[in-house]
This record gives sequence, C-alpha cells and structure tokens, in this order.
Amino acid sequence: MAHAKNHDYHILPPSIEPFIGSVSAFVMLFGAVLWMHGGSPWACLIGLVGVLYTMFVWWKRVVEESHVGDHTPVVRIGLRYGFILFIMSEVMFFFAWFWSFFKHQIYPMQEYIGTEYVAPHIHAIDPFHLPLINTLILLLSGCAVTWAHHGLVHGNDRKALVQGLAIGIVLGVAFTALQGYEYALLLTHDGWEFGGDQFFSNFFMATGFHGFHVIIGTIFLTVCLIRAIKGDFTPERHVGFEAAAWYWHFVDVVWLFLFFAVYIWGTSHLG
Amino acid sequence: MADAAIHGHGHEDHRGFFTRWFMSTNHKDIGILYLFVAAIVGFVSVCFTVYMRLELMNPGVQYMCLEGARLIADATQPCSPNGHLWNVLVTGHGILMMFFVVIPALFGGFGNYFMPLQIGAPDMAFPRMNNLSFWMYVAGTSLAVCSVLAPGGDGQLGSGVGWVLYPPLSVKEGGMSMDLAIFAVHLSGASSILGAINMITTFLNMRAPGMTLFKVPLFAWSIFVTAWLILLSLPVLAGAITMLLMDRNFGFTFFDPAGGGDPILYQHILWFFGHPEVYIIIVPGFGIISHVIATFSRKPVFGYLPMVWAMIAIGALGFVVWAHHMYTVGMTLNQQAYFMLATMVIAVPTGVKVFSWIATMWGGSIEFRTPMLWAFGFLFLFTVGGVTGIVLSQAAIDRYYHDTYYVVAHFHYVMSLGAVFAIFAGIYFYLPKMSGRMYPEWAGKLHFWAMFIGANLTFFPQHFLGREGMPRRYIDYPEAFAYWNHWSSLGAFLSFASFVFFIGVIFYTLTRGARVTENNPWNEYADTLEWTLPSPPPEHTFEILPKQSDWDKGHAH
Repeated sequence: MAHAKNHDYHILPPSIEPFIGSVSAFVMLFGAVLWMHGGSPWACLIGLVGVLYTMFVWWKRVVEESHVGDHTPVVRIGLRYGFILFIMSEVMFFFAWFWSFFKHQIYPMQEYIGTEYVAPHIHAIDPFHLPLINTLILLLSGCAVTWAHHGLVHGNDRKALVQGLAIGIVLGVAFTALQGYEYALLLTHDGWEFGGDQFFSNFFMATGFHGFHVIIGTIFLTVCLIRAIKGDFTPERHVGFEAAAWYWHFVDVVWLFLFFAVYIWGTSHLG
Repeated sequence: MADAAIHGHGHEDHRGFFTRWFMSTNHKDIGILYLFVAAIVGFVSVCFTVYMRLELMNPGVQYMCLEGARLIADATQPCSPNGHLWNVLVTGHGILMMFFVVIPALFGGFGNYFMPLQIGAPDMAFPRMNNLSFWMYVAGTSLAVCSVLAPGGDGQLGSGVGWVLYPPLSVKEGGMSMDLAIFAVHLSGASSILGAINMITTFLNMRAPGMTLFKVPLFAWSIFVTAWLILLSLPVLAGAITMLLMDRNFGFTFFDPAGGGDPILYQHILWFFGHPEVYIIIVPGFGIISHVIATFSRKPVFGYLPMVWAMIAIGALGFVVWAHHMYTVGMTLNQQAYFMLATMVIAVPTGVKVFSWIATMWGGSIEFRTPMLWAFGFLFLFTVGGVTGIVLSQAAIDRYYHDTYYVVAHFHYVMSLGAVFAIFAGIYFYLPKMSGRMYPEWAGKLHFWAMFIGANLTFFPQHFLGREGMPRRYIDYPEAFAYWNHWSSLGAFLSFASFVFFIGVIFYTLTRGARVTENNPWNEYADTLEWTLPSPPPEHTFEILPKQSDWDKGHAH
C-alpha cells in the first residue's frame, strides 16, 4: 500500500516512544511535586528512568535509521536546522538567568530608596584562580573537538577523530569535577549558601544550569566517541558529531559570559 | 491533479485504533488529535467562565459559598463568599485558555494539518517528535487539571494566583497545586518549543519544488512566524517559572526583597514572554482569515507581500513592547514613553493587515457562507479590540484603566472574539476537507449569530464597567455595577449555549453530514494545495511532490 514514496524526505512508521516518554514525564514531574512536599522520591525517580529510557531508545533509533539510509541529504539538512533551532531555544533559556543576574547587578536592592535590605557579607573568591583554570580547560576542550572535526573532514583521519574526542571528553569531565570541587569549597569553606540571598540564587542557578549542560554535552560527545570507534561518521556524513560539536561550543560561549559577568564582574564588589 | 496525491494503488488504512491515534507519526492525525483535545479543554475552561459569570450576574455572592459551591442560589441558606474558589477559576480559565486551548488548536491543530499540505510536504520534518509534542501537551494538560484539584492555598484546593503567576502571591501560595501548575507550564512549553522547531524546519526544508519563500501561502507563513515567537519566547518563561519554583521550594530569593530579590523582575521576564505569547495566539488566526476572505470574495488576497511582512513585523515588534503591561509598577517616564511609542508602532502592520483584508473584499463577489461570516466577525471584533488596545497603550490613560474591566473587555475582544472566531472560521472552512462531510449551512450560521451576539453582549458592556471603575478579578461588586454585569452574564450564557450547539453540529456533521465528493467544495479561489487532495485526504499525501502548476496560480504574488 503506502510507502511508494517518490521523494527524499523521511516518513516514519508509527512509534510508541513519544507516548511512553510523555507518560514518564508526567510521572516524573508529579513525583517531583510529591517529593518537594515531603513525600517519597520514588514516583519521580521511576518517571526519570522512563524519560531516560525513552531518550536512549529514541536516539538509538535515529542512529539505526541513519545506517539504513533514511538520512538523505535533504533530511540531513533538516536535522541540522532542527539542532540549530534547539540551541537557539537554549540560548533564550539562559537569557532569563542572565536577565536576573544583570538586573540584580545593575540595580541592587540595597540601593532602592526605603529598602530595609542590607546586602550580606559574602566571602570573596578569586575569579583568576579556579574559574580561570576552568575557562582554559573548557576552551581547550572545544579546541580538541574542533581538531577531531578537522581530522574527520580533511582526509578522514580516524586517529585524530578519536583522540580529539577523547581529549575533549576528558577535559569536559575535568571541568565538571573542578566545578564540583569549587562548589564544595564555596559551600563548606567559604560559607556560601545554596539559595538564601539573591547573589547565591543567581550564582548557583546560572552556573548550575551551565554545569548541567556541560554534563549533557559530555554525554553527547561520549556517544560520538563510541560511534567513531565503531566506525560511524564519514567526512561527508556526520550530523550527530556536528550537532555535538555545536552544542559543545554553545556551552563554551555560555561559560565565557558566565566567567566575565558572574565571576569577574559579579564578585568584584564582594569583600 | 488528485492523481498525484492518491496515485493509484489502494490506500486502505490498515492501522489499528491504538497504532493510529497513540503511536501516530502522521501530521494530519496529530493535527486532529490536537484539535480534539483542545476542544475538550476549551469546554472545561468555558464552563469555568460560565460559572463565574453566573456568580457575577447579581451583586453579592450567591453561588461560590464556603459552605459549598452551589449551582442554584438559595437565599434561605447562609453563604459566606469563597474568594479562593473564585481565584482558582480565574487562574484555571486563564492558564487553560492561554496554554492548553488556543495555541494547541491553531498552532498544533491547524498548523500541523495544513501547513505541510500548503507547502506540498509529505509530512513534518520530524514526524516522531511531532507526536512527542502532542503527548507532552496532554501530559501538561493533565498536570494543569491536577493543579486545580490538588491541595493549594487557603487550606482549599487549587491555586488562585492568576495566570501570570506573579510573586509574592505565587511564592506564598501553599500546597502542591502551584508547583503542579508550574510543571504543567514547563511541559506544555517544552511541547511547544519542539513543535516550533518542527514547524520551522518543515517550512524551510520541505517546500514543494519551485515554491520560493514569497510564494508560500499566507497560512503557512503565519505558522512560520508563530513558530519563531514560540521558539524565542517560551524558554524565557521556562526560566522565570523555574525561578519561582526555586523560590517556593528551596529558599531562593529571586523575587523576595528580604533576600535582595525583586518581584518586579518576575513581571518583566514574564511579559517578555507574555507579549509575544499574545501574538502566538493571534497570528495563525491571521493566516486562516486571509484564506477564508480570499475564497469567499472570489479574489486573490490583496497585497500578499505586505501581508507577509506585516506578520514578520508584528512578530518582531512583539518582543520589544512587553512593559506596556506594567505601566503602573513604577517605571521611569522615559521607559513608559518608549514602551508607549513602541506599542503604538504595532498598529501600523496590524493596520496593513486589516486594510488588506478589506481591500480583498472590495469589488469581490462576496458569498456569506459560514466561514466567511466568522471571518467577517473576526475582522470587525478584532478591530474593536485593536482600537481599545491603542487606548490602553497610552501610559497616562492606563493609570485609570489598569486592572479594570476595560482591560478584560479589550483582551477578550482580541482573543475570545479574535482568536476564537478565527478558530471557528478555520473549523467550518476545513471541516469538509478534514472529515469529507459538509456541515449543515443553517446550523453553522445559527452558531455564528448566537456566538456573535452572545460574545458582544458579554464583553461590550465590560468597556462601560471598566470606565465606571470596576476592577478585575473580584468575586463581588457594589450595586452600581449591577446593570451591565447582568447583561454581560446573559451574553455569556448565550455564548455557552452556542458552544453546546456547536458540539452538536460537529457530532451531526461527522456522523450524518452530506458527503463531500469533490476535492474543493468552495471555489477556485481556494487555490492552495490542500484543495487538490481528496476529502478527507488519504493517509499519505504528496508521495509524488506537487508540480509548480498545481499551486502557482501566478496572481497576487
């Protein structure tokens, strides 16, 4: 009957994953509300497992579909458009956090007429210590990924591809580890709080969401590394790798804004 | 031309019910699912308002009693006003209509079904993700319904904070209800963002051979513009409500002055999303109205290019006017002057659209079929709402109108009478195409006139109430406002009756309506690609891509 298609677009068979994923998302979020109000965490965690399962199966399918030739040139263009648009929506998500940060930075509440708010004493940190090291690590990691891309595109250099990706991932993990170490230091040693004053609210949500995106990007790169070792990606066809690289650079750029705004400018007035 | 679409071999549908409706990767089926769920949620949301108008029909509180909500007033029993219930209904009506009815119907429903058809695409760019958008919308709706029924503020059920979720009220509101509402908006937002990615990619990547950007039909353009607004504004809202969630549950102080936070910050971020949201709601309606008016005036739409650019301009300007919702929060005069001027500028592209629709009808042979009546109603009422919008854009005048019924009247004229009339125009216009059956003409017309009179009766007197100084969002009012409130409630009942009648019309049409045998039941000015397909279209369309002669009529563009 159908599927006598005479075009290059990708027509998919029916799929149960969207339904499973949405039910899981409902369970996860409903469970999260119960959890936040003193209930048990189980519903949330079960939902989370369902969401992760859906993601895994979903993207496994996408890779399989690329192997059987569903990703024609025009479909690959569409996938690229889709991913760029996704990154644009992510940029707008960070827009909200930076908005909040800049507002509090430029118009601090203690300067409002009639306010009773007094900014608390917050132990200053040196942005040119751990944060600067982290900046270098993340930028180097971006370089390594670009090197891997270069190796792939020019002459299909598999060794450069794998090595570049591996170095990029190691540096990404190092960044997350150092960031975790810094958080621990701030919270235990320097007397910072998770929440409380608006400074902490802005700091931890902005850097925290960035850190979360670093972890996602690291996983994405790791998947690409495994695929590269298995022999996926050719100089002409590597949409998955390209998307991971774009995502990684996006995470880089967000960090640069965080470094200059939140770390350097944002901590400059602390005593 | 239909041969290219059907193309020989039998197209019987072998899919089972579950496979077809729960596992769908078919843009037409997903579009129908969106319309169906939006209609159910719309009915719930309308029931909320009818109950509210019942309460407002007379001064004093007769129905929403702490002793138990009533459907029939009983003066012999004591009744202490239950303001929380009132607030929950106001909130529920707003959230459901904004996020779970109008966007899913116009963008999810008509957008999914007709945008790919109009550009000659075999399906959406990401058909599986399309279904994820739909089911996440259902999951979000379920969370929203849970929110209304979950323990909330004042020791009662539900949250009564208004759809804008302003802190500090939304941070202080107790119970799980508010958190469920926040997650509901998160989920539906994610659903809309994925949908927007899908629509933009489809539009850019899958147009029929030869269909350059400025040959794309206006409805497809309207969906494209809307998708950009969704893509760029909804993530900002996600950030704002995440801040709310942290403030509520983890002791953060984004919006708490005691910790150096600022509740006004929330208003800015919310309206940075909220104003584009208004255009997300109305712009797809612009697209539908353009096609309906061109078809029933038997003329190509006047000024295609300005129509496209006007939509783009409205979309772009929508991002730089947000604080006109907040004139009274204490902004500097310069800020107010800027937002006032920027807001008035939007009247220019909107005027381009309205005058182009009028010019389309000018000299045409107009035929008042049901879709045209709705489009006509849209044109008149949207213009009234637009004009009161210009009034409200004046920062000085807004001092007096802010949070009065004048504002309620204004935004219901553009949304309840603008967007909803566009939805009904679309439903009557496309019902023969989607179902293969024609609605009874008299029933469609009766529905229109009942709704037109009912909605005007509901909302026009609210201008008077606002000018008299009646504030929004109160369960009760003094005697002085009784007269027009009474009329307004009668109008709401008439509109509700017309809605119930509409459900009957749909049911009748789907089961008994006369079969539509031709591809195009209207006339040759319904000349976009969906009218070259059988009614209803087969499971897979455009398996052979359409030729340029199928859609390029050469006029207008």
